Amino acid sequence: MSTVTTTYREAIREAIREALRRDPRVFLMGEDVGAYGGCFAVSKGLLDEFGPERIRDTPLSESAFVGAGIGAALGGMRPIVEIMTVNFSLLALDQILNNAATLLHMSGGQFNVPLVIRMTTGGGRQLAAQHSHSLEGWYAHIPGLRVLAPATLEDARGMLWSALEDPDPVLIFEHALLYNQAGTLPADAGAVDIRRARVRRPGRDVSLITYGGSLPKTLEAAGRLAAEGIDAEVIDLRSLRPLDDATILASVAATRRAVIVDEGWRSGSLAAEISARIMENAFYELDAPVARVCSAEVPMPYARHLEQAALPQADTVIRVARGLVRGDG
Amino acid sequence: MPSLGSDMEAGTLLEWRIAPGDAVSRGDVVAVVDTFKGAIDVEIFETGVVEEILVPVGEKVPVGTPLARLRVEGEPAAAPVAAAPAAPVPAAAAVAPPAAVPAPGGRLRASPAARQRAAAAGIDLATLRGSGPQGALTLADVERAIAVRPAARAMAPAERLAGMRQAIAAAMLRSKREIPHYYLGTTLDMARALAWLEEENARRPVTGRLLAGVLLLKAVALALRQAPELNGHWLDGGFRPGSGIHVGTAIALRGGGLVAPALHAADAATPDQLMAELRQLVQRARAGSLRSSELADATITVTSLGEQGVDTVYGIIHPPQVALVGFGRIAERPWVVDGRVVARPLLQATLSADHRASDGHRGARFLALVESLLQEPETL
Amino acid sequence: MNDVAHDEHRRQLLREMLRIRRFEEKSAELYTQEKIRGFMHLYVGEEAVAVGTLQALDADDAVVSTYREHGHALVRGIPARAVMAEMYGRQEGCSRGRGGSMHIFDAATRFCGGNAIVGGGLPLAVGLALADKLQGRARVSACLFGDGAVAEGEFHESLNLAALWKLPVLFLCENNFYAMGTALARAQSQPDLHLKAASYALGAEVVDGMDVLAVEAATRRAAQAVRGGGGPYFLELRTYRFSAHSMFDAQLYRDKAEVEDWRRRDPIVLFERQLRAAGVLDDATLARMEAEIAAEIAAAVAFAEAGSWEPVEDLTRFVYSEGPAP
Repeated sequence: MSTVTTTYREAIREAIREALRRDPRVFLMGEDVGAYGGCFAVSKGLLDEFGPERIRDTPLSESAFVGAGIGAALGGMRPIVEIMTVNFSLLALDQILNNAATLLHMSGGQFNVPLVIRMTTGGGRQLAAQHSHSLEGWYAHIPGLRVLAPATLEDARGMLWSALEDPDPVLIFEHALLYNQAGTLPADAGAVDIRRARVRRPGRDVSLITYGGSLPKTLEAAGRLAAEGIDAEVIDLRSLRPLDDATILASVAATRRAVIVDEGWRSGSLAAEISARIMENAFYELDAPVARVCSAEVPMPYARHLEQAALPQADTVIRVARGLVRGDG
Repeated sequence: MPSLGSDMEAGTLLEWRIAPGDAVSRGDVVAVVDTFKGAIDVEIFETGVVEEILVPVGEKVPVGTPLARLRVEGEPAAAPVAAAPAAPVPAAAAVAPPAAVPAPGGRLRASPAARQRAAAAGIDLATLRGSGPQGALTLADVERAIAVRPAARAMAPAERLAGMRQAIAAAMLRSKREIPHYYLGTTLDMARALAWLEEENARRPVTGRLLAGVLLLKAVALALRQAPELNGHWLDGGFRPGSGIHVGTAIALRGGGLVAPALHAADAATPDQLMAELRQLVQRARAGSLRSSELADATITVTSLGEQGVDTVYGIIHPPQVALVGFGRIAERPWVVDGRVVARPLLQATLSADHRASDGHRGARFLALVESLLQEPETL
Repeated sequence: MNDVAHDEHRRQLLREMLRIRRFEEKSAELYTQEKIRGFMHLYVGEEAVAVGTLQALDADDAVVSTYREHGHALVRGIPARAVMAEMYGRQEGCSRGRGGSMHIFDAATRFCGGNAIVGGGLPLAVGLALADKLQGRARVSACLFGDGAVAEGEFHESLNLAALWKLPVLFLCENNFYAMGTALARAQSQPDLHLKAASYALGAEVVDGMDVLAVEAATRRAAQAVRGGGGPYFLELRTYRFSAHSMFDAQLYRDKAEVEDWRRRDPIVLFERQLRAAGVLDDATLARMEAEIAAEIAAAVAFAEAGSWEPVEDLTRFVYSEGPAP
């Protein structure tokens, strides 16, 4: 099988390109997606290839262009709306929650919203407290939405088409630190399942449950734990809503220990939700309390050493996992 | 010498696990004593320092005899404190093991998985040392304990049998002397329960199959939730409700005699869990390795003699319990359903109950409840 | 339109306004009897706006509305019984009883909802229009909203985007001079709302919203311009609600005299007088009209009364679609 060398960024671009070619109803809309080439250069070159009708630069009006995406979806299109960062998406929260997530149920099943919203999330780039947060857990709280977090090249390439085929609104969170991730993909890589979590590394001693930008750190932690004789399993959630309970619970039932690595703040977080589900469904399988590694509960600071201290790190994951397995963290 | 049941009068000290000067904590196993039911670990219910051993290994002493002298925490000087609790032994000896960090409130810190495994294997968690987070007991700790568990020490069979006969005689005599029994009986239609069982078992591997007796135990346990006056002990002239529903199951021993160890919290266990626990219990009862809590905790007894071909059981209550449920055999018999005589699998259930603790009206309601529960076997 | 057809059309306009008025009066009564619950906002006084504007739309145009939308829904052609059943919470209601008074939806007439977030509907109309433009369809997306929405960011973002992209949106601002209890002059630096809208470089005018013919004429012109590809259009329709903001409103914020002044301009009374003067309406016709409307509303109430509750097991239906995307 032939493969291509690519990056996370290029894989997403290729996914957008494929969608635009396959379905005339698809168009991309957002701030600086056209002439600028995308704030993170994801859509670079697409304006030339597909023209301004389908690669639409919008004014800085998140609520209007996200709402327009919803309206266009109601009108028979398959919009891909890009929001620069999750922090900016708060300006469109009204549209996402009160309309996109709500219309189908509120209308008694009459108006579904086949919309895809992509946005970057996460810290680690010294962008401080208004560009660096991981708020995907908030969106995962909302019934009516599907929330995805591609963490691999394969998912960056394959989740978009599956999302576009979904009849309901799908949010895709791209961790900004992943864009430069390089690797190979099969030349014919395409749509992937968006319902199941994946075991990225099998192991027997502890389940490290994570997603998105924390996956590389968690895999690194698992590798280093292996050197100490601790065999960690790494679960990549992939879908943050709905959560794939079956995969999580099967892993925890086998390892009997779980650490959730989530770049969101700990209080009321996705990590809290997963922890609760493990308690509810696998309590008697547990051989240690469920543990969480989350971001410090502070607005993300600018200074590098402070930012790194605020974010989950492989060292922390290792210390916590060791504590659960050997009791000496 | 602790009393591990109303039918125990004496025990032989087999082994000391402590020596003068040792610090002990509530829940530690300090000694092993042999009884007619097998070797049993003796837990201590105080925290302090051992001052003196009073009974040497090999000596048989009556229940209530001080075995050792303990200086309790905070006590300035020697004081006579015996490691001899009064019967019955409290439900669970829930304290931290020696080197483990005690949890707030003095509860045993053990993982859910460790607890479950220990319960199934008959391991007393209080005797183990924790290696998990904050000194908690983990599954691995329990597995290690199972692997190194010593074979049960035993008296000579004949000696044990004679002792057991004596004990049964004493207990039954006391029961008939003290307890004003009343007896109720009813016929249960087991058709639904058996049909459900057949369907369930068809789906299971041979080793995972359920027996009808497990459904009966579960039905009794659930019915007891609504009949608390049948579940507990008559002590010191009054009724004390059981701290949980711990169903003593009469198990006949090879070579004669019987014991009735408890299935703890049987009302909360699934039929599968009960089945597994029952298998374990029978195995261990016959191997003579029951735990003290299993012998002392039962809050009611169930006797099933159907396998022996008996139709009806008129049981004698095991003091200080206040009730005993008897089940005969399940046999096809004529039964009237919707005005027509049909063949149905029927079972005689009886209740022997202590009239001091309950009245016939309540007893009748309890039996009716057992019957209705068995008509919905899928909910058991 | 010949004279006969014109006369009939004018009687039809009156009939539709009366139909809304009577429906709202009945709704208020049913609310006090606890048949209808939740928030309910009546349209009494504003009938000429719904009736006049919606004449200008084609069947496949889209309507995005507000939480004061009973009148819009009725004129758009959603059966009165489906609206009434919705307010009763019955599954026979147009939104299966999930929306209630504030959330009337009907896919068949492209009635994209009563939207209860002030300003929240404007971006949707922009998007519906974008879809039409991208798909080469000459349809209009009409968006009704109140003067309160003009203070929201979504109003400005939406007008800008629609004008920037020359999208076929018809912005219909029902200016009843109060955002709940806040008078327009207390909320807007520029109370002439069409002037505000005009700054986005789109067609914008002010219309007497108590004059159904003026509303109709202005809307037809505007809709034609929009449909012809001229980009969005904005109409400020000045009207007044005679009833309170919602059912539980003591109206501390306005004078009774002000209400009485506006009542003298009741769009139904004025139009009825006008038709009588023109010899187009007589007592018998009016009585027949009222009788037909009363019968329709009685049937709607009976339908709602006889309706059923959606089974609780269906509670989580339609959180997500049940089939693949069309």
